[in-house]
Amino acid sequence: MNVAVAIGTDDLTSRAARVAAIAAKHADAVDSESRFPREAVTAMKAERLLSIQIPTDLGGEAASITDIAALCAVLGQACAASAMIFAMHQIKLSSLVEHGASSDWHREFMRRIARDQLLLASATTEGGIGGNMRNSICAIRVEGDQCFLEKDATVISYGNHADAILITSRAHSDAAPSDQVLTAFLKDQYSLERTVVWDTLGMRGTCSDGFLFKGEAPAVQILPKPFAEIAAQSMLATSHLLWSALWYGIAADAVARAQAFVRAAARKSPGVAPPGALRLADASGQLQMVKSNVVAALKVYEDAKADVDRLSSMAFAASMNNVKISTSEAILPIINEAMLICGIMGYKNGTPYSLGRHLRDAYSAQLMISNDRILANTSTMLLVHKQDTNLLG
Amino acid sequence: MNETIRGLLTRFGGLPVPVADIADDADLYAAGLSSFASVQLMLGLEEEFDMEFPDNLLNRKSFASIGAIEKTVDMILGSRKVA
Repeated sequence: MNVAVAIGTDDLTSRAARVAAIAAKHADAVDSESRFPREAVTAMKAERLLSIQIPTDLGGEAASITDIAALCAVLGQACAASAMIFAMHQIKLSSLVEHGASSDWHREFMRRIARDQLLLASATTEGGIGGNMRNSICAIRVEGDQCFLEKDATVISYGNHADAILITSRAHSDAAPSDQVLTAFLKDQYSLERTVVWDTLGMRGTCSDGFLFKGEAPAVQILPKPFAEIAAQSMLATSHLLWSALWYGIAADAVARAQAFVRAAARKSPGVAPPGALRLADASGQLQMVKSNVVAALKVYEDAKADVDRLSSMAFAASMNNVKISTSEAILPIINEAMLICGIMGYKNGTPYSLGRHLRDAYSAQLMISNDRILANTSTMLLVHKQDTNLLG
Repeated sequence: MNETIRGLLTRFGGLPVPVADIADDADLYAAGLSSFASVQLMLGLEEEFDMEFPDNLLNRKSFASIGAIEKTVDMILGSRKVA
């Protein structure tokens, strides 16, 4: 029996909604204890959400990035850390789906991810590279059929909880820092020694500790495409889109809480406009702009997807950069406005209107890939790339 | 043209290896060409040949090697002559 098809009769949104209900229940504990959201991730596996992006012939459901973004938004409304783990897993998976299909090992790996619902983590950050993941210091060493890698990975989100890690390095010991490859290592092929503890303002459940990574695996596990292509054609775009979708989710839940607060006040005093009503209308307008922006960027991606030249064009990179910058900036004033509406009930933890976690989680958005770095990248491109001024183009 | 491109690549490329050692078909990104340096190189080419790169040619492929750059510039200069 094909399990994926059987479950497919229940649509993706209902499956994500069931995961979200579990994630929401544990979101405050995950946040306050800075712990892995195991209940939510177990639920994702039970609903087989970890393999939806994989092609159907390899056991997945061939979900599009737009489908997945919608799920990130659903999860983001419940628990931003769980949504981020789901998004990061899907971002890694996009590297395999888009760039690993020509390799037998990676096709078999995708089958295994679908069968066993493996959770993928990412190790692109390294001590000494100054936050630029398009540079590596460490180099992979290939001897015969085996490859060896040691990396001072200053961040591997949920590294201790993942079933496999996709990790960047220079392509060989003489390669330039930007001449990188991406290699998949399975849990039994590496060791992690924790070097940095993740104790942060928000997004506490992603457990993005730093580790010394030491791995040894068959060399066929190195992805056959240069990481530069993987980054430009799938990883950066899917990161910006899926992150933006879940950030929208955080802001959407904040506005929903503010609306519940205003409605409760309106019901208590019929005929009198509640104090927060105007602000709610304003927040709703801002939220709509965020949503429209994310939806438009998803359309840009889906339209470009079939055309490698478009995917590696400046116009495409600039629009993906723009959606990341604007979403990450826009959600903060929206949540702030929701807090002004809910007042002390929003400021306090443990009320139906609490917004502290939303606000703290949302602050991470501008920093995960620093907006300044992204602006610098766009500003360089704008020296030659000319803005498309068509409304619908 | 090849020499001019190599001259600009020396000036703007910021490559760790001498440009003379890079074959016409060698991958410039693998040689260490950053996206910032590639834009500086594009600006240098625009100034040198008094032309503008249209947006549909602003992708990795157009600037992937010295040969590819030569082809891209040729194409733009060629289409200008026709027009």
